[in-house]
Amino acid sequence: MPGIVGYGAFIPRNRISSEEIAQQWGKDAATIQRGLLLKEKSVPGLDEDTITISVAAGRSALARAGIDPQKVGALYIGSESHPYAVKPSGTIVLEALGLGPEIHVADFEFACKAGTESMSVALAMVEAGRVDYAMGIGADTSQGAPNDALEFSASAGGAAYVFGKEDLLAEVLHTYSYTSDTPDFWRREGEFYPRHGGRFTGEPAYFHHVMSATLGILDRSGHKPGDFKYAVFHMPNGKFPLTAAKRMGFSQEQMEQGWVVNLMGNTYSGSSPTGLASILDVADPDDLILITSFGSGAGSDSFILRATDLLPEKQDLAPKVRDMLNSPRKYLTYGQYAKLREKIIVND
Amino acid sequence: MPSPRYHREIPARYRLEAGKCSDCGKVLYPARKVCPACRSQEMEKVNLSPKGTVVTSTVIHVPPDEFLNEAPYAMAVVETPEGARFMTQVVDCDPATVGPGMELDLEFRLIQKEGNSGILCYGHKGVPA
Repeated sequence: MPGIVGYGAFIPRNRISSEEIAQQWGKDAATIQRGLLLKEKSVPGLDEDTITISVAAGRSALARAGIDPQKVGALYIGSESHPYAVKPSGTIVLEALGLGPEIHVADFEFACKAGTESMSVALAMVEAGRVDYAMGIGADTSQGAPNDALEFSASAGGAAYVFGKEDLLAEVLHTYSYTSDTPDFWRREGEFYPRHGGRFTGEPAYFHHVMSATLGILDRSGHKPGDFKYAVFHMPNGKFPLTAAKRMGFSQEQMEQGWVVNLMGNTYSGSSPTGLASILDVADPDDLILITSFGSGAGSDSFILRATDLLPEKQDLAPKVRDMLNSPRKYLTYGQYAKLREKIIVND
Repeated sequence: MPSPRYHREIPARYRLEAGKCSDCGKVLYPARKVCPACRSQEMEKVNLSPKGTVVTSTVIHVPPDEFLNEAPYAMAVVETPEGARFMTQVVDCDPATVGPGMELDLEFRLIQKEGNSGILCYGHKGVPA
């Protein structure tokens, strides 16, 4: 099967701490941090959106791939915060990356799963022989209503993957998807903030789909949790992925590198793809890697990858996820955060 | 910015496409049909490196309406390694720290929105390297 020939990620440099948000709404910061395992989250600037994050991640992916951008025959962007309601993010991203115009482009949506959805379709296009290379991106500037639990996690960032058949950094060995109609989280047309079903987002939604997809791909591939050096599951908060991992027999050590949510927040479509990028930043040849996404609505995509001998020489060709997480430029007050997220109504 | 003009400027704004005089080698951004240095009309296309150095800068405290929420912000004349100079916003830092000699990366950013219902205009801004 084809695999990844280039990858890249981008995380905006502004941060707001869980403590600052808790203080704003009269909540106990220690309880929030203990319950959600979130220390801080990234916040996009007024000039950052899904398109700019996709371009930054895409440029890093092309730098690692080292290919002629004109050979990329398909581009898919998964997000639930595409800046336009009607007009693709992909057309702007392809121009900025120097792709096309002979290219197939689409914007995808599937709540937080849209990123791995774009990766799945990009991989399939290459596997089918329709194109030499295809890029799949997951990126979001996530929305969370003020004084809602989501406000502690909804953040910004994303990752891009170039798939091809030669010079692989990581082979894709298996894929598997699990989907059902589960109304755990939604946003109706014209509504600014999403709504969710509170505790219903846990067992019947996140855990059922993440575990069904993960156990499904393990069953089909014949692998056991102990076979993997690294695993990453969608990170709506800090607690859910670690709980799912423990239930299925994955260790804290396997989860650590991809568990970026405590510093980054939940980048929705960019969540598990950015966790995977963090893993690829440090993985050694032959390491087995498992990724399972989750999108409300609901569904999960699982991939099993194996790092190749080529990966180590590509890791330093673009910014690494942990370096971006560990070098925030500015910590925001809640007032500054509200301004950047355009939560304050001003005159035209 | 009217959509047709914005569309024409996409190669320069999105990919930093510039012109290089085939006779004297001067790099011009945005590209021109005639070299202002030697009057040659023989120009070739080059892509600028996404990095530059601040030549001079200022801080905007009273901006045009569409940039009201961004003030105060730094504007700088930046020179790329190819020798092209242009003015750009410098972001993700305290604007007071922007000054001559500062090394920048040029990142793809939203430049402005045409009101609440118009198009979104993208381009490059400087970020401290």
